[in-house]
Amino acid sequence: MTLTQANEPSNTKTDNWSKSIYEMFIASQIRQVVYVPDAGHSKLINLCRTDPNIDDVVLSSEEEGVAHLAGAWLGGDRGIMLMQSSGVGNCVNMFSLITSCKLPFLTLITMRGEWGEFNPWQLQMGQTTPELLKLCGLIVHRVDEIDQLAETLDSAIRIAFDGSQGVAVLLSQRLIGRKNFTGQK
Amino acid sequence: MLQNKTLDRREVVANLLKDRNDLLVISGLGSATYDCAAAGDHPNNFYLWGAMGGTASLALGLALAQPKRPVLGITGDGDMLMGLGALSTIGTQGPTNLTIIILDNEEYGETGSQPSATALGTSLSDVARAASTKIVVDVADMNGVNNIRKLMHSRAGPLFANIKIASGNPDKILPSRDGNYLSNRFRESVLS
Repeated sequence: MTLTQANEPSNTKTDNWSKSIYEMFIASQIRQVVYVPDAGHSKLINLCRTDPNIDDVVLSSEEEGVAHLAGAWLGGDRGIMLMQSSGVGNCVNMFSLITSCKLPFLTLITMRGEWGEFNPWQLQMGQTTPELLKLCGLIVHRVDEIDQLAETLDSAIRIAFDGSQGVAVLLSQRLIGRKNFTGQK
Repeated sequence: MLQNKTLDRREVVANLLKDRNDLLVISGLGSATYDCAAAGDHPNNFYLWGAMGGTASLALGLALAQPKRPVLGITGDGDMLMGLGALSTIGTQGPTNLTIIILDNEEYGETGSQPSATALGTSLSDVARAASTKIVVDVADMNGVNNIRKLMHSRAGPLFANIKIASGNPDKILPSRDGNYLSNRFRESVLS
């Protein structure tokens, strides 16, 4: 069986929201962007990687990112983690840092396993993500429509850094475009 | 592994934290936290009481935020084994001010001294080397510890040191467990 990934989200709409998120990072003095890549974040990651004023850190696993951003905050830097919903489960024990120390924490999560998902292995974590984040003490914002994005991220940034609180912004699978595969059996 | 395991962990840590100047310290949960507290509480110490596997990552985030100050992440072999991927990440970033020190007793001392993977074939310094850490040192005597202390302040890293220490649990010296207090105290000291 051959399998090719045919359609990463790569269109003007994606470019536009990636650019607007990046500009909000700059305006909010986000200095460290840590990530386990997702196709939905790829434009945003590239924008951050080419900015000399942002430390971009590719992680081996998402739990590192929680600890990493705690350290960044202790040293005076604001940061954000980009990941996909399948990485949320990896973070569970590390989230105790955020609640035990009452630290700000901000993550932007692209959703899998919720809308036209091709891969059944993504369903469990995708369906569990919002409740799991809440159980771990994070406030969850969700974005379904592109015109909600800027104000939602602005709210999340304020709650996280002004309120010393963990906040997750979920970008719905419908918004980022479902991942299409074409294959031959 | 047949290595010299005679160093006393309290003496090692007291030596490492001597003349600390502007050193920032993250200690891993359990014994490394007690060792750092025993060497003298300090606002530039951030003690972990949980988040196992996170010490090296936390130290990396801090090192990137404070590039002009030496940053030490000090922890046990069990904590490092739980977060080996962090060594890869440190290798990709290469912060010169970061030192990771492992107090390697080859066992889970807090839970009944079960042997860890470092007793059963894993060399953490080989892992660090394979992850492109700039300076990697194995230490089994106090001269080696003295050298690490000097290197740590020279900001020529990233530096990874694996220090073989004796088994056994010295008295628990317990710093505050209030994470909110510890993090605010640390930030106030570092950012003022």
